[in-house]
Amino acid sequence: MSAEEKSMSIIVTKGSLDWAYPPFILATTAAAMGLPVTMFFTFYGLPLLFKKLNLQVTAAGNTAMKMPMAGMHMGLPNLVTAIPGVDAACSVMMKNLIKKKGVASIEELREMAVEAEVRMIACQMTLDLFEYSKDDMIDGIEIGGAATYIECATQADINLFI
Amino acid sequence: MADATLDAKGLNCPLPILKARKALKDVPAGGTLEIVATDPGAVADFQAFCRQTGNELLEHSEDDGIYQFLIKKTA
Repeated sequence: MSAEEKSMSIIVTKGSLDWAYPPFILATTAAAMGLPVTMFFTFYGLPLLFKKLNLQVTAAGNTAMKMPMAGMHMGLPNLVTAIPGVDAACSVMMKNLIKKKGVASIEELREMAVEAEVRMIACQMTLDLFEYSKDDMIDGIEIGGAATYIECATQADINLFI
Repeated sequence: MADATLDAKGLNCPLPILKARKALKDVPAGGTLEIVATDPGAVADFQAFCRQTGNELLEHSEDDGIYQFLIKKTA
């Protein structure tokens, strides 16, 4: 395969429903195009490796988030986003849109990434910092630190930070 | 008649590509895979996919929002 000498790495730092998409879309697509892919999950990206995901969007401060509603696009004023339950409602709306538009769920994309043998590394420091356990995470992941990632990045043609 | 057919209608990026990749695995070398999709982004994406993987995009067409692709497995 012509692409085999190219490879990609992604640092995954964000774990909200919307921010989980770019790394998993790019990782699965690159793998489908023949590139070996490594994902390094750190800080708020680490919970994307939990067996059970319940991802949410955060409306607060996310001024560009506008959802199609009744023929127009609706955003929320920051003050409204502070009301309890607003994030949960926005997350339900987003998940409904995702389903309706034939967009894969994060669970589905992650499953395909595992199938495509995408290498997934969980950041040891983040595990310690936030008191997470590897037992709560999906099988087949590795544990590593900055040096593990840097070694991988020096060999990759594409290195992304998301 | 293609060796295999993939119905990717209603699926959005990157699912048509991911499912095509999977389907290609079962196509014999030199065989063809026909894909039917409704994602307009698939037009540019299947061209890029084929250039990158070395498979051949024999033909692609659009008819009333339905996109059809024929890929020859050459990689």
